[in-house]
Amino acid sequence: MKPRTRRFVWIGAGLVAVAAAATLILSAFRSNLVFFFTPSQVYAHEAPQSRPFRIGGLVLGGSLERVPGTLTVRFKVTDTAATVPVTYTGLLPDLFKEGKGVVAQGAMGADGTFHATQVLAKHDENYMPPEAKAAIDAAHAHSGAMSMPSLHEARAQ
Amino acid sequence: MTSFFEMGGYAWYVWMAYGAVAAAVVAETFALRRRGHRALATARMMREAGGDADMDAIDSGGAR
Amino acid sequence: MIVNWFRYASPVSFYPLAGRLARGFGALAAVFAAIGLWIGLVAAPTDATQGDAYRIIFIHVPAAWMAMIVYVAMALWSAVALGLNARLSAMMAQALAPTGALMAALALWSGAFWGRPTWGTYWAWDARMTSTLILLFLYLGVIALRQAIDDPRRADRACAVLALVGVVNVPIIYFSVQWWNTLHQGSSISLTAAPKMAMLMLAGLLVMTAAAWCYCIAASLTRVRAIIVERERGSGWVASLIDIGTSP
Repeated sequence: MKPRTRRFVWIGAGLVAVAAAATLILSAFRSNLVFFFTPSQVYAHEAPQSRPFRIGGLVLGGSLERVPGTLTVRFKVTDTAATVPVTYTGLLPDLFKEGKGVVAQGAMGADGTFHATQVLAKHDENYMPPEAKAAIDAAHAHSGAMSMPSLHEARAQ
Repeated sequence: MTSFFEMGGYAWYVWMAYGAVAAAVVAETFALRRRGHRALATARMMREAGGDADMDAIDSGGAR
Repeated sequence: MIVNWFRYASPVSFYPLAGRLARGFGALAAVFAAIGLWIGLVAAPTDATQGDAYRIIFIHVPAAWMAMIVYVAMALWSAVALGLNARLSAMMAQALAPTGALMAALALWSGAFWGRPTWGTYWAWDARMTSTLILLFLYLGVIALRQAIDDPRRADRACAVLALVGVVNVPIIYFSVQWWNTLHQGSSISLTAAPKMAMLMLAGLLVMTAAAWCYCIAASLTRVRAIIVERERGSGWVASLIDIGTSP
């Protein structure tokens, strides 16, 4: 083997080794790389019990209620299989909407309610002008189909 | 025209993002031009100084 | 037409070629950017969900793509430099690092100013954002490593190894939104599925991406010319370059 070929073989072998190491490290820390847990995971006790974590899913349609005179809101987060009630005091992001994606940071209370300290909106990767959106929504309303464009993102793993 | 700059109420975010890109492109373009000129000037000085005896002294603070 | 490409593996013949290419790609970048900015900021409709905040996509996505592509290019040149012991390839890798770092920084910065109005936060430690931050640090590490080693040939080898080790991070960035639950949304454009955006928005994004490609090529070629002069200044051909007065 020519020295030049040998060097390239070593570079290739080194890359394979580094890739293998990275794969092992990533799979070992897989659970810690998760940004949020779905409601199904919460009920399956896969989410941390003793420390705060993030819960993610869709805001259940019709579940948002505001406590009058305060900034406190209640809503339910769902992944369509399971649903967790959430309570939060503070300003909601502009894109927070029923039927849309949400990620909330906080901890489970003894009452089975998730007490959020921060609420983030999770939008999808679809971009369209308002007229197109209106047309799609009208078509959905007509056919009676549920409009949950970001449902696949909130799926349980 | 004003409505263009208002960006539907998102002016701060949109123009902070676009402004940073514009500033970065301008800054890199000027830095590159300067680096090219400096490299040639340093090489010229070295030649006039005769050989590469003292290249670090000529080069200090130079070409980046 | 037969072109002897190996002729351009020598800095002497590559130097003027790089100059011509840099000017051409620089002009192309300006034209694409002018068209792309007009489409992105004026012609493209507003987004139904995000309003005009979505217009940050026209710089955020090209910057993020170029940050990854420039890194892969830097790693490829590093592999060639290590394998063939080629000086010019090492200089190409050296020239790509600062532009790649700039693209990564711009992707993070524009992403922060997109995240605040849409998600409600400038920054979150999710897999996509964290791996992109690691990419920026890899670039800075390669740049710092070169500064730390006086002997250019040793610096070439050390930087090449670091660049090659870090390349595993690129697929992690790309697939992070599929592998893990992230706050960051999935890809709007992929080779396997129809684009998930309106036609004019897509056109703006593609033209801005072309502008980013041309800009990165022009910037890297301009930098490699300076690097060639800096590193080859003792040689006769650089002296003849000086005698002409201006760079050809």
